[in-house]
Amino acid sequence: MKKTLYLLAASMLFAASPAFAQETITIGFTASQTGALNNDSTAQMRGIELWRDDVNAKGGIKVGGKSYTVKLVSYDDESQNTRVQQLYTRLITQDKAQFLISPYSSGLVATAAIISEQYGKVMITTGGALEKTYQLGNKNLFQLYTGSSQYLAGALQALKEKNPTPHVAFVYEDDPFSKSVVAAVRETAKKQGDVIAADESYAGSTTDFSPVINKMIAAKADALLGGGHYADGATLARQLHEQKAGVKWITLLVAPDSPKFAELGDAAVGISVPSQWEPEAAYKPDFGPTVAQFTKEFTDKYKIGPAYHAAGGYAAGLILQHAMEKAGSIEPAKVAAELNAMDVTTFFGRTKFSNDPKSHGLQIAHDMVLAQWQKKDGKLVKEVIWPKAAKTADPLY
Amino acid sequence: MIGILASVIDGILIGAVYGLAAMGLTLIWGVMNVINLAHGAIVVIGMFVLYTVANMLGLHPYGAVPLMIVFGFVVGIALYWIGVHRMIGRPELMSLLSTFALNMVLIGLGTAWWTTSPYNVQVSMPGVSWRGYTFTGTHITAAALAVVIAGLLYLLLYHTRIGKAVRAVATNREAAELCGIPTTQVLAMAFGLGVALAGVSGTLIATMFPFTVLSGEAYQLKSFVVTVLGGLGNPAGALMGGIALGLIEGLATPFMPLSWIPIVEFGLFVFCLIAFPRGIFSFTKA
Repeated sequence: MKKTLYLLAASMLFAASPAFAQETITIGFTASQTGALNNDSTAQMRGIELWRDDVNAKGGIKVGGKSYTVKLVSYDDESQNTRVQQLYTRLITQDKAQFLISPYSSGLVATAAIISEQYGKVMITTGGALEKTYQLGNKNLFQLYTGSSQYLAGALQALKEKNPTPHVAFVYEDDPFSKSVVAAVRETAKKQGDVIAADESYAGSTTDFSPVINKMIAAKADALLGGGHYADGATLARQLHEQKAGVKWITLLVAPDSPKFAELGDAAVGISVPSQWEPEAAYKPDFGPTVAQFTKEFTDKYKIGPAYHAAGGYAAGLILQHAMEKAGSIEPAKVAAELNAMDVTTFFGRTKFSNDPKSHGLQIAHDMVLAQWQKKDGKLVKEVIWPKAAKTADPLY
Repeated sequence: MIGILASVIDGILIGAVYGLAAMGLTLIWGVMNVINLAHGAIVVIGMFVLYTVANMLGLHPYGAVPLMIVFGFVVGIALYWIGVHRMIGRPELMSLLSTFALNMVLIGLGTAWWTTSPYNVQVSMPGVSWRGYTFTGTHITAAALAVVIAGLLYLLLYHTRIGKAVRAVATNREAAELCGIPTTQVLAMAFGLGVALAGVSGTLIATMFPFTVLSGEAYQLKSFVVTVLGGLGNPAGALMGGIALGLIEGLATPFMPLSWIPIVEFGLFVFCLIAFPRGIFSFTKA
């Protein structure tokens, strides 16, 4: 009985293989489908999957006369570093992923980068702005997002236009990304002589912000720059509104960019967010979909508008595809060389990676915008308010 | 100055809810000498009961409070018979392990069902504003309900026959048995009561803050601190201990970075264990 079963299985395998005329290329990544990061990580994953669907619908990646179907292998990292470590090792050793895309959020990207570098795999990082990851001496990391030090620069400038002497409160999550963002803008603020009314970091799992909000009220802060990721950012925004904190300018990282933020209703009005990409962006792509095409496709498929996390996911796949097609090869070394030489514009903006060994892979050409939630005809919409060249509405103050 | 006062008031409001959570723990500990390590998991059950009632069934959020008291009581009795009954009278380590195992099972089931993603129930209550500071309606209501429930517990323990039976069993189980009190049933009821208290505190916490399946751990830790402050087995002490803890948090917050507050809390915990082993507010419960 057993022998027959084995024979049957073996013959099925042999029978099946001639049908596999199309070659596949395996790309691996993890997404935080559960845990605190699930909101934005799912958006990023959807972006990647939309790219795969588009590429395969057109026949796959065309490299040197052959067509490769894209096969994505992904797992749920549960927003945990330990899982990222285990799963990326699994993706490389068991699933034989030829290329990798990073998880979402700088903390998890840093962990995945350790594994990908250990095994010498090319990884496009998206959803990770922390610059330190690229300053540790890597060979195969390529960052899509603008670095964290740029995040709040535009927000501070926009704020100073409305109020040249703000009392700024820095209230931010105690994680490497948020801390590095605030470190950069704090230095700028100090150099300009701005009054720093409060400077508090909080654990990412914090749900009670009333102590820090009371501190802000006591210090008469009228501007808040900070936040972290979706869960804490949304809670902070809600409680600021409930406690009538009277802060005239609020810029929070990450959270307000998600369409889900609109659920906060009135609490969301006026809150701005540094964004890697907005559907109103006016980039003219060298290849791939236009901004309008991507936005429409994503909205049609997922019934929700894309935020920059989803755009980053799609762009990661797109850039990788372009590198393979230009290199005419799927060999990691050749693809990496092509990525190093790349300077292109896609719907996501301009992409160029640093070749300096001290900061290899750092994104050096992508720009950020500042978006703000405003009420238009009674509905909540996100408008681009900074830089002036890209704006679609005036900032609310 | 106003800022400090506002911070203290906010601290006291939250402290009342901490006290309610700790009352469940201390009651079980005092009556049957069982340290309930499933306490955090039960707080989480209370949170998800609110979510189910408010978001999934569409009922009024505060309607979940009486529901949770009844549901918690029933679940507590069930948990008693499943995991605790055979551990009574045995070395304390065994009940510790047993409730720890219960905790793992409950959290595991919760994670399988709800995952570890954050959940939120939006409850709007008008707040009270004073000199630029606002005390949110949900905080005030939660604190008020906590005090009411504590009052009801007091009435139950000191003005009913069942309460007398519970106190008798807590004092001396053998003597109570000799007096004709069905001690096993009383123990089950006391456990049910403790679980109901812990669960309803979770429900109240969920009206104020977002939560995940793992949120209970933080409140379990706070409950231990409060129990030590208030004296083992003393529910009134637990409420006062909770308010005291909230007061200390409120007093400390304006003067130091937020990340230092747990250091103050747990430093206090260690100090109380050494200086007041029977609790600052312990009356004569032994």
